[in-house]
Amino acid sequence: MKSHLLPEFRVERDYSRCDNCKVCIKQCPFDVHYYDEESGKILSRDELCSGCQRCVVYCHKNALRIIPYKAYRPNEYWKEEHIRDIKKQAETGGIILTSCGSSREAKVYWDHILLNASQVTNPSIDPLREPMELRTFLGRKPDCLELEFNGDDVEIKTELYPNLMIETPILFAGMSYGAISYNAFKSLAMAAKKFGTLFNTGEGGMPKDMREEFKDCAIVQCASGRFGVDPEYFNYSAAIEIKIGQGAKPGIGGHLPGEKVTATISSTRMIPEGTDAISPAPHHDIYSIEDLSMLIYALKEVTNYEKPVCVKIAAVHNVAAIASGMVRAGADIIAIDGFRGGTGATPKIMREHVGIPVELALAAVDQRLREEGIRNKCSIIVGGGIRCAADVVKAIALGADAVYIGTAALIALGCTMCQRCHTGKCAWGICTQDPKLSQRLNPKVGAERAYNLLRAWSLEIKDVLGGMGINAIESLRGNRDHLRGVGLEDWELRVLGIKGAGE
Amino acid sequence: MPPFCAGDCMINRVITDGRVNKEIQACAVFGVMDRSGRRFGGKMIVEAMKNMKVRGNGLGGGFAVYGIYPDYKDCYAIHLMFEKEEAKQRVDQFLDMNFDIIHDEEIPTNEEANVSDPPMFWRYFVKPQKKGKDKKLSDDDYVVDKVMKINTCIDNAYVFSSGKDMGVFKGVGFPEEIAEFFMLEELYKGYIWTAHSRFPTNTPGWWGGAHPFCILDWTVVHNGEISSYGTNRRFLEMYGYYCTLYTDTEVIAYAVDLLMRKQKLPIEVVAKIFAPPMWDQIDRMEEKKRKFYTTLRMVYAPLLINGPFTVIIAHHGEMIGLTDRIRLRPITAGEKGDMLFVSSEEAAIRAVCNPDRVWTPKGGEPIVGRLKEVIS
Repeated sequence: MKSHLLPEFRVERDYSRCDNCKVCIKQCPFDVHYYDEESGKILSRDELCSGCQRCVVYCHKNALRIIPYKAYRPNEYWKEEHIRDIKKQAETGGIILTSCGSSREAKVYWDHILLNASQVTNPSIDPLREPMELRTFLGRKPDCLELEFNGDDVEIKTELYPNLMIETPILFAGMSYGAISYNAFKSLAMAAKKFGTLFNTGEGGMPKDMREEFKDCAIVQCASGRFGVDPEYFNYSAAIEIKIGQGAKPGIGGHLPGEKVTATISSTRMIPEGTDAISPAPHHDIYSIEDLSMLIYALKEVTNYEKPVCVKIAAVHNVAAIASGMVRAGADIIAIDGFRGGTGATPKIMREHVGIPVELALAAVDQRLREEGIRNKCSIIVGGGIRCAADVVKAIALGADAVYIGTAALIALGCTMCQRCHTGKCAWGICTQDPKLSQRLNPKVGAERAYNLLRAWSLEIKDVLGGMGINAIESLRGNRDHLRGVGLEDWELRVLGIKGAGE
Repeated sequence: MPPFCAGDCMINRVITDGRVNKEIQACAVFGVMDRSGRRFGGKMIVEAMKNMKVRGNGLGGGFAVYGIYPDYKDCYAIHLMFEKEEAKQRVDQFLDMNFDIIHDEEIPTNEEANVSDPPMFWRYFVKPQKKGKDKKLSDDDYVVDKVMKINTCIDNAYVFSSGKDMGVFKGVGFPEEIAEFFMLEELYKGYIWTAHSRFPTNTPGWWGGAHPFCILDWTVVHNGEISSYGTNRRFLEMYGYYCTLYTDTEVIAYAVDLLMRKQKLPIEVVAKIFAPPMWDQIDRMEEKKRKFYTTLRMVYAPLLINGPFTVIIAHHGEMIGLTDRIRLRPITAGEKGDMLFVSSEEAAIRAVCNPDRVWTPKGGEPIVGRLKEVIS
């Protein structure tokens, strides 16, 4: 069948600059560029181009430009994307696979929220001259502290729950070894360790050689496929996360194709080499809230009640009631992943149409837990499309204790959001198990970039806090008085619990 | 129809909607205590407040006095303000149903005083008469519950104070005008006096909106605008405290009630919750201390009071002055014999006595005055 699909990008090569060095040919995993003996020139197959811009960055002559290409007559209803997808499905008869997070047009609530600053009645604080504190604790807190005084000596009588201490309210989200390369995985672990925060193993287990070094900064995940799960895995960690759902594909599982299950992935995941790693849609031992509770306590038992247990869900319609149930079931931390959350592979229909914006989900969950008097029994981490420090500040003011960043962290490592993760051919060495590609990412350099991102965002958060007259992040947490909405309907303001600008 | 709405009216009113308007204000505060328990008149504190007149704008002044009702010291003294006659009828009915009213009378006022539109003031000396499920409550919790009901459910009635052997006098005007109106210099003697002068920047005066703020015998006067208001308020809602006045002071008063009265934490610890040391300092402490402060900050993070404040907290036997962790609002302490002073300005202390010692406490370091012996 002749393909009717048109290229999504045009490759433009300035032949007055090109010196036929062939770096572009070597760099492109999609075989876009090739050398034509007859003309003595490098030519391109536009239809294969993902727009990842690898060749552009590495062209030492600056001879290449990759330009998005819209082919069809503009139509506000039948968009380019609909036409392409229909043609693709007419040719294949299959589900459209994609990756990264939802890129569709939908209201971004972060962009409709503005922050406050102090003027006159309350001084702003200069973060260059005064301490600004971002230290954050994640986990269950007691209602009160019982103290015993013996002269000058104070003894805390209350039994405390395990808590995680992080130096900035930003953690790396769960991205498994398998979905991402060993080098990408290790880059994030190294950056988290150096900065004093945490990374998340995702559902693919923890490579043996990393366990000792990174055990204090790892959240280890237990997902429906239970890959790489044994008592040692749980005990070499700072915390455990039960992954129920993911914002990019709520309600479905995952599939790591056999060709990606290399020898090291096979031993980390404890599955035979070359076999598909399939995560079922549900956990087959969790069909109800009481089942979740049993798993939570089984994990607490296996780790001697020394580690907080987090439960991660996708932001769906009844998220507030579900979250309340999770806290009552024993979760110390709940993680909410919004519909913008990323993934290494997902059916496009799930990515674009299932779930709700994390801003609304967060506001609803925080408010519900307070109404039920259980907000301090857990911490809330939100993720799914946190793009900048301002998003972090707004999330915390809405009620989050911390945020997960996945996509942003990968962009720091080199990702350009070309949405080809599911092909396993990531030109930047991030979302691939091809050793030729993954070696492109040096963990030392990757860690430095990810660390710099944490540092830069933390500095920006401090700037904003100082402007608000706040010198400790805990005084921003749930402090919706510092937020105002613009361009929002009354119901949206009500759900977010914020006033409109000028009110 | 009972004269109050039963059940959860407070919850309906506030918790589902965080979009309330907060008052913004600046102020002067002053507190004086005779640690020997000797009771003295109001002249001294009125003079001190006059000295700081520029810190207020005449839209609110008030006083809390401890030890003023020795004849009724076993009764809760409820000071009430009525803006309409019918509100008094409903309150009378409500109090009659829930308390033994030992004595009640109009609070004497001076009609020639320079104040505008004063409402009616009444005081009731009462003992709890607990019925049904209320029998489980302590007397104090019972009184708090009933006071909250009056404030939230009976229109045009507002409880100024509800402690034993103490009272709050406040209203719209400069402090000396309020003192003249209630004849504080002539009629009352107490061993602790605290006072407040307001400089509200948005709301015009309402007699109930002046300080001190009171719950049982705990009073708070406060100067500052706290930037953690939203965090503090939403945390306190979880413990059943619903802010109805939307002032920073109310938040501090409820936090004091939760931590000091209910959780029985001493002020030395509460001060470190409101105004904790920096992590830099904590990380350098020896292990045991470091662990204590780390735990305190971890557990009570939502009650860190951020932004500028100076606060004077009092209850029977104790007066406390505290400023924020980076001292964005002024506080000065002074001593002369058994007299302890806490003031927004040193000049106000020197205006009323020649102190033995005057000092400026550090941010987060409480000044605590305690009775030398329990007075009977």
